[in-house]
Amino acid sequence: MQTKLIEKPSTADSTTYPSLIQDTNRMKSKIEVNSLYAYFGKTPALKNISIMIPQKNVTAIIGPSGCGKSTFLRCLNRMHEVAGGTTTGTILLDDENIQEYDPVNLRRRIGMVFQKPNPFPTMSIFDNVAAGLRLNGIGGKKDIPEIVEHSLKQAALWNEVKDSLSKSGMSLSGGQQQRLCIARALAVNPEVILMDEPASALDPIATLKIEELIFELKKKYTIVIVTHNMQQAARVSDYTAFFYMGELIEFDGTKKIFTMPAVKQTEDYITGRFG
Amino acid sequence: MDRHFQHELESLKTILIKMGSIVEENLTGALQALLEQNASLAQKVLDNEVRINTLELEIDNVIIDLLALQQPVASDLRFIIAAQKINNDLERIGDHAVNIAESDLNLLKIKPLDTLLELPKMAVTTKLMLRQALDSFILLDPKLAQLVLESDDQIDNLNRSMTTEVIELLRSDKRSIECGLELIRISRNLERVADITTNIAEDVIFHTQARVVKHHAEDKHD
Repeated sequence: MQTKLIEKPSTADSTTYPSLIQDTNRMKSKIEVNSLYAYFGKTPALKNISIMIPQKNVTAIIGPSGCGKSTFLRCLNRMHEVAGGTTTGTILLDDENIQEYDPVNLRRRIGMVFQKPNPFPTMSIFDNVAAGLRLNGIGGKKDIPEIVEHSLKQAALWNEVKDSLSKSGMSLSGGQQQRLCIARALAVNPEVILMDEPASALDPIATLKIEELIFELKKKYTIVIVTHNMQQAARVSDYTAFFYMGELIEFDGTKKIFTMPAVKQTEDYITGRFG
Repeated sequence: MDRHFQHELESLKTILIKMGSIVEENLTGALQALLEQNASLAQKVLDNEVRINTLELEIDNVIIDLLALQQPVASDLRFIIAAQKINNDLERIGDHAVNIAESDLNLLKIKPLDTLLELPKMAVTTKLMLRQALDSFILLDPKLAQLVLESDDQIDNLNRSMTTEVIELLRSDKRSIECGLELIRISRNLERVADITTNIAEDVIFHTQARVVKHHAEDKHD
């Protein structure tokens, strides 16, 4: 797999990355976004976004409603196009332009977990996880049970469902359903996982489990999470990007953002002094 | 948006300023008692300590509540962390004021020397440093805080001179040993007070500018 050392952002204004540039523990980038504009019709939802998503780290995207954070996430696996949107600029996954990928293959490499748990309602727990494998022609009859078990274990759900794999996915609690969706995303062996408010519909205990899971998953996967919950961003992420009105205002280490942000707009947003 | 949390931060600042003014009053009282050989003033300093200790606990509780309930970040977090340290610093300055007042009372029981050597100069500079440190906190003025840091060397030098001068004095008049020891004790307490005021100034710089200047941390990072 190709990786790239981040020495400094290639196109972004250096003021947006004050401490990243000084980061002596150079991180490797998984995704590199350059001058990205995203449109719905003629209206730009994202303006000139340049950012590098570090490999095997959690990057949180924060910002008020309508700031473009979900649109940004959906650009990364070309879901924005599915909703009829258009983009300009480039997004590189391991130095390769994602526009040159078959979208289905791209989405296998970049999995996604949504706000509301969405298991396939007519399928069993087992089949929910196996669905992506079968669709992509991955694994034979022998391999699939092994992959399903491994994925459920990675999603910290195996112990809770191992005796009821044939039950409907809908029989699980909301938190378990969300972990089932994470297991489904993991089954096809992605490299990046996009999470759009993955815990916003869950109670605090289920939220905690998802957060702990994210912490474990980053050892193997690159994770980008959109969250409205700033304390969640602070708890789970290594890097945080603050978006406002379609622009990237500040991107830095999460510790830096939450203790000494460089840009006043970021400060005002995270301290609740906004507007 | 005017948030309840902002009012709570303002209240924390107000109560810390109150703590600062009592500590300043006590330090001034202890030094005035020394210069004027005033036992009742020294006693008042000792009696006042309980107010400082009570306020310290009260401020600690406010800070614990804010951290637990509000999960502050960025400048709010830096302010609360600075407030916690300044609270502790002020209480320690209060302790040193009490030590000085005790020495004042001891000096009054023994034959005093004709001179307090460098102590009057040290008293003026230390009081000014504390005043400037508290003002820098109230006004959120990192430049004023920087002045405090720059004054510390003067006190260190005066403290060293005190030791030398007391030793010379004792060589010529061995009957003054007790008195000399009390003068040294007061000098050391003032040196500690000056050091602690620099801690307060460092906390103000951390709060206002997000810079860590203690232990030359910035130089190490460059």
